[in-house]
Amino acid sequence: MDFQIALLLGQDGITNGAIYALLALALVLVFAVTRVIFIPQGEYVAFGALTLAALQAGKLPGTLWLLLGMGIAVAAIDLALAVRRGTARRIPAIVGWNIVYPAALTALLWLVKPAELPLPAQVLLALAVVVPLGPMVYRLAYQPLAEASVLVLLIVSVAVHLTLVGLGLLFFGAEGSRTPAFSEGNLEIAGLTISGQTIWVVIASLALIVTLYQLFERTLYGKALRATAINRVGARLMGISTTMAGKLSFLLAAAIGAFSGILIAPITTIYYDTGFLIGLKGFVGAIIGGLASYPVAAAGAVLVGLLESFSSFYASAFKEVIVFTLIIPVLLWRSLTTRHVEEVE
Amino acid sequence: MSTAPVLEVRDLCVSYGKVEALHHVSLKVETGQIVTVIGPNGAGKTTLLSAIMGVLPRSQGEIAYLGHAQREIEVERMVAQGMTLVPESRALFGEMTVEDNLLLGAFMRHRLGHRDERATMAQVFEIFPRLRERHTQMAGTLSGGERQMLAVGRALMARPRLLLLDEPSLGLAPLIVREIFRIVADLKKSGVAVLLVEQNARAALQIADYGYVLETGEVAISGPSDQLQDDPKVIESYLGLGGKH
Repeated sequence: MDFQIALLLGQDGITNGAIYALLALALVLVFAVTRVIFIPQGEYVAFGALTLAALQAGKLPGTLWLLLGMGIAVAAIDLALAVRRGTARRIPAIVGWNIVYPAALTALLWLVKPAELPLPAQVLLALAVVVPLGPMVYRLAYQPLAEASVLVLLIVSVAVHLTLVGLGLLFFGAEGSRTPAFSEGNLEIAGLTISGQTIWVVIASLALIVTLYQLFERTLYGKALRATAINRVGARLMGISTTMAGKLSFLLAAAIGAFSGILIAPITTIYYDTGFLIGLKGFVGAIIGGLASYPVAAAGAVLVGLLESFSSFYASAFKEVIVFTLIIPVLLWRSLTTRHVEEVE
Repeated sequence: MSTAPVLEVRDLCVSYGKVEALHHVSLKVETGQIVTVIGPNGAGKTTLLSAIMGVLPRSQGEIAYLGHAQREIEVERMVAQGMTLVPESRALFGEMTVEDNLLLGAFMRHRLGHRDERATMAQVFEIFPRLRERHTQMAGTLSGGERQMLAVGRALMARPRLLLLDEPSLGLAPLIVREIFRIVADLKKSGVAVLLVEQNARAALQIADYGYVLETGEVAISGPSDQLQDDPKVIESYLGLGGKH
């Protein structure tokens, strides 16, 4: 391999690694706050990309029907609970978020012809469809079991993953989609051509990571999420409800997932089931960080990206095998170096 | 003119499965009062506070807070109404700074639209100057006494009407216990009612207005605390020789 190829592979690795890093951060966040191992993380990647592609093709994305349907389900459950508990003051919020918002968004997508809009507007609309699915999935699948063990929550995650993949096939069909690049230009540095989209991915990922950091360090709600992760009982006693923290972390995870999908859609063709593999690679990064450390998880995810791209050069048939085998030495090293702490409640 | 008590508990029963931990417990906390519940380990003192706060479900009984019977007790709702519990474990956010711990104490107030957390924090720093010195330090690195101060300070950030304290003296040196109790006694002046659960009966009765002795899930004796301090049974079981001093 000469230097030129190494640079190319490195560029590829860092681009993918940046995406895996975003997903790894989302996985660490969701696990720390809710103890859910969020296998469906990848589905939000696919949904984000495919929703954008559908909007660009002038179609109403299937995820919109999912949003409408889940909104009705959530509203039905929450309204019944509100009536039974005599908390009528919550009714406007329940109806607003779960019925009015999806209906208004549907009307908007019907009226504006998203295909003719500029790209940033299309991206925003795609996010507007996919991101609310995060808290809705939390409400329907996880909230009733919030106190269950990690294993039970993992089983729920598998079920949610399979459901969402199935729905993805139903909504978007078996063919993949690719969206146009954010910018067509290329950058030439020292004889190496870097595609505009690569730069977009890396810069957008970095910007998102910095935003997340600011959110956790500076805002009260970000601090509330960290507090829930550190001491759930203490957080509840401050009035930070487990439900609110769960929904908020799922909202962020869905946003990160959908945004990642939108970023890579111009680089790789995304199919309804592509998200799973991408999510799993983020998961390897998150495991390197012990599902607890954000910086280590992000660095681990970049390492996964690099390892993947270099192994695709040397042994392309085995590239997934090599990436996922990485988890074994990592787990060994983790179990040998960390003290085992029993879960205390 | 009579005002409703801050807290009135009637016939409260709480069970863990088939085991009944509290058996028809009734108690009352009036405005600006310090009321203490003393008793041996396992008498159900912590269970009592948990049920009042909504951490544990009750199986029977009524709880009225600020004159309103509580149909369904949820922790978040009680916090929103100005009830705060400092648990025995302190439940601090160890990997966050003292300042962030305090800010989170005002989370519910902030959510309800109050923006006075900085002013409240200044007041908390007045009460616990040590916390101001340590405000950038991680809560997990504090000493035992400082942790308790932070736990109480964090609870005060919610500007509570009723403060529930679970064993604030646990594991602390006598000098620090005295300081904590002095501060709890001072809270009364600012109109905060306190329900104090303690094993250190002597210290608790000294600052309390009224006391209840809880034994195996039932109220065994109750009365104004100076009466309890002279009660032979209380002296024998909880105060030891010397009684009041």
